[in-house]
Amino acid sequence: MHKYLTKRALHSFLSLAGLLVLVFFLARLTGDPGNLYLPIDATLEARQEFTEKHGLNDPIYVQFGRYVVDLAHGDLGESIRKQRPAIDVVLEAIPVTLSLAAVAMIIALLSSIVIGSLAAYRPGGVFDRVASIASLAGASAPDFWVAISAILLFSVTLGWLPTSGMGGPLTWIMPIAILIIRPFGLLVQVVRGSMITVLSSAYVKTARAKGVRERAVIFIHALRNAMLPVITVAGDQAAGIANGAVIVETIFGWPGIGKLMIDSIIQRDFAVIQTSILVTAIVILSINIAVDIAYAILDPRIRHK
Amino acid sequence: MRFSIRASGINKMVNQTPVTPVLPPSPRRGMHLLGLLWGDKFAFFSAVFLIVIIVFAVIGPSLLGDTATKLNLRARNFPPFTLERGWMYILGADALGRSMIARLIVASQNTMAIAASAVLFSMLVGGTLGLISGFSRGWVGGFIMRIADVIMSFPSLLIAVVILYMFEPSVMNLVFVLGITRMPIYMRTARAEVLEIRERLFVSAAHVMGASTTRIIVRHITPLILPTLTTIATLDFAFVMLGESALSFLGIGIQPPEITWGLMVAQGRNYLQSAWWLAFLPGLFIMCSTLSLNLLSGWVRIALDPVQRWRLEIAGDGHE
Repeated sequence: MHKYLTKRALHSFLSLAGLLVLVFFLARLTGDPGNLYLPIDATLEARQEFTEKHGLNDPIYVQFGRYVVDLAHGDLGESIRKQRPAIDVVLEAIPVTLSLAAVAMIIALLSSIVIGSLAAYRPGGVFDRVASIASLAGASAPDFWVAISAILLFSVTLGWLPTSGMGGPLTWIMPIAILIIRPFGLLVQVVRGSMITVLSSAYVKTARAKGVRERAVIFIHALRNAMLPVITVAGDQAAGIANGAVIVETIFGWPGIGKLMIDSIIQRDFAVIQTSILVTAIVILSINIAVDIAYAILDPRIRHK
Repeated sequence: MRFSIRASGINKMVNQTPVTPVLPPSPRRGMHLLGLLWGDKFAFFSAVFLIVIIVFAVIGPSLLGDTATKLNLRARNFPPFTLERGWMYILGADALGRSMIARLIVASQNTMAIAASAVLFSMLVGGTLGLISGFSRGWVGGFIMRIADVIMSFPSLLIAVVILYMFEPSVMNLVFVLGITRMPIYMRTARAEVLEIRERLFVSAAHVMGASTTRIIVRHITPLILPTLTTIATLDFAFVMLGESALSFLGIGIQPPEITWGLMVAQGRNYLQSAWWLAFLPGLFIMCSTLSLNLLSGWVRIALDPVQRWRLEIAGDGHE
């Protein structure tokens, strides 16, 4: 198990390095930030001074070498847009997204486990039909459209919720609800499918024959084995929820990492793009490794290998 | 453990019910399947809806002529569901008085064409890379799988944003980006299948008879993995459509004056207070199309699986 985890960590590190190299060169292909930050009639000297100051007039491989050396020293560069260290800008935005994603994921996971299990209890029953269609609709819905329709209904027409911004509890309702929809839809289907398989297995019949209460059979005996595929999909949704965060933060104007990345790409703020991608990738890769550990905890066969 | 395939939920669903080779279609079998489809009302209406959308997308724009771009300032923000201005305005008009129904039909063609090309692109390129990766024993295979890891470990929307800022956002680049972000599924599936198939007897036999590696891959292995890849592609179509809509909505997908449903939602967003239908209707069409695709592909998966088909047959009898 340790050997496997070490291998996974090494692979993750390689992926991360590849991603950073790719982003470094891609970002520099998007154009010269000088054109964005200096007035259109800036003198040639002013332009040169700007590129000199931000180290943009060296050959690209020199810039890359400097980036790697700085990275090794823990220096992630300075944001051109905000005139502050990039890492500070990113670390301010990360908690916003993480709290959004964490709350959304916990609610999505818990509710989909309960609803998926109940649907699997009588496949083809009324509850199952309703849950299946609802989850399929959730997985098929374009989140930006749901967000706009929700604003239309709850903010513009009814006036119950604020249209955008981050603040009191009321402002959290719509972003969280939008973020939940897709993972919830996918997870209900996975829980249901995996529960149906497990509930028809022999050991569940044995437990029932022994007279174990039905609730205990479903939520203790069956659920533990049914959780394996669920955890895989939930881990995959970590990257998916980051996609959702970009949309939700853009529409509702939340100062999270998704909005920061879109803004920095538009403004060609290289240091912030690289740093936010580095931090996001580290978070996602750690979640992947955490999923592997959760596997080992749930399945003794893997633990003892 | 999770060494082999760890893609999206869709991929897992595919793996849970292995796709069986489709039997050669006979008229009776076709009628039987149609009967089963009629039995499952959700799947039936999905199929009808999709056929209508596809017909409109293919022939609609050529019948409409310039209706979708014709301005009519007296019909600005004309509300939907009244026949005061005739059938062309049944779904209302936008801020420049262009007929919504005409614009929706033109947009449907772009939406479908982009999604179809992106799916085809990712299936061909991803499948080929997976084949190579499964067949080469050296570092090439591992390297290709690392590429898949990099693509998958990062939010697809952000990869797309970075790439679309590097190049100009055009239809070609949009297809390219959407294709790349969906590629890992095909790479992993193709590789996993090749690793299993190449150990089979008939491959060794072909080898012994002197067939070249290229010939073995093209003539003996590709036909066997193609059905699986095609199934994944149909499932993926809905996801690619959602991806394109999201990118167009963010303003980095298709650019005006071209339109897709996603872009129409973005354009209608500015008129939420005065003309709700501008943003709501295009999104509704995206939703109905992806939902129908998912419902229908779920049905096809069961209908083509001999182990599960009895569920449909029983349900079908119940309705008759």
